[in-house]
Amino acid sequence: MVEEMNSPRVIEAGLEGGPGQGAVLWGKASYLLNLSRKHSLWYLLFATACCGIEMMQTGGPRTDLDRFGMVFRASPRQSDLMLVAGTITYKMADRVKLLYDQMAEPKYVIAMGSCASCGGLFQKSYSVLKGVDLIVPVDLYLPGCPPRPEALNDAMMKMQDIILSEDWRRKMTEKTEPRPQMGRGGILKRA
Amino acid sequence: MHFDEIVARLRERFGDLVGEADEPDPARPSLLPGVFVRADSVTDVCRFLHDEPAMAFEHLSCITGTDFKDSIHLAYVMTSYVHRQVIALKVKLDRDDPSIRTVEEIWATANWNEREIYDLLGVYFEGHSDLRRLLMPDDWVGHPLRKDYQEQPDYHEIPTTRENPLGKY
Repeated sequence: MVEEMNSPRVIEAGLEGGPGQGAVLWGKASYLLNLSRKHSLWYLLFATACCGIEMMQTGGPRTDLDRFGMVFRASPRQSDLMLVAGTITYKMADRVKLLYDQMAEPKYVIAMGSCASCGGLFQKSYSVLKGVDLIVPVDLYLPGCPPRPEALNDAMMKMQDIILSEDWRRKMTEKTEPRPQMGRGGILKRA
Repeated sequence: MHFDEIVARLRERFGDLVGEADEPDPARPSLLPGVFVRADSVTDVCRFLHDEPAMAFEHLSCITGTDFKDSIHLAYVMTSYVHRQVIALKVKLDRDDPSIRTVEEIWATANWNEREIYDLLGVYFEGHSDLRRLLMPDDWVGHPLRKDYQEQPDYHEIPTTRENPLGKY
């Protein structure tokens, strides 16, 4: 944490006091909250294709997302970040939206790989959603087919930078912009 | 049992219901060896091929369908592990109102195969226990593997196409 504060980017927080005196941590509430938030980014396991294999590898010992305080969760209600890792079909699109709606604010989405970003290889397909940003707001796009674990690791660090740089209150209070209503027998309509 | 013998047995048993045969041809390795049968006799022929000890086609590998613009062809690919034999039964269906009796009672695995054919080609299987779409959403419009399929511009207000960003340059 001390290293964070000494970096040239950060000017709004600091640590005062010396050995044996106790220490005072001062700074903007926004910064301190974002700092804790950024280091406890729990991500939702959402693997629908080969990107999921790379995501598992990223959580494994070589790149080891745990060291950033990132732990995978099996429930959207405990997650801060949705990693859309893989191809999303129209049949799945309703479910993606449902999972996203169940996550508590503040919530973030990474579109991992070509398929989640724009449909990728299945651009001309009849059954594949042409990018997950058509149904949920995406914070970060990660190209690759599939991206290597190092790339996902880098994307996670970029995600941390985004979190640190934003106003926490805005993220807490802002309404998610209106998204298409899933209708005509869609799963959300029935619920 | 050789392919010719199987076809001969079928002709002997079913007569006119059995049509032309696509013989195994080394020059055309992609051609599926098979025999055409009349659509209304498919359950009888399948039952015969499944039950007869000399045939014993106890496994239905897959059902495929093709839209040939004037008609829809189905191919029932079946395997006999006992006799190490593969054969395909082929059926021509009317394209405007494709309908055929289900073979679910003979091979339970046909349930999903037929749902897939129904979903993608719009073939109706009479007597099927649960004929719903398999791959596409339930409220999808049209059958995507038909040659004249036109995709809807949006699904649940989600656009089904995406602009190519390189098109601007």
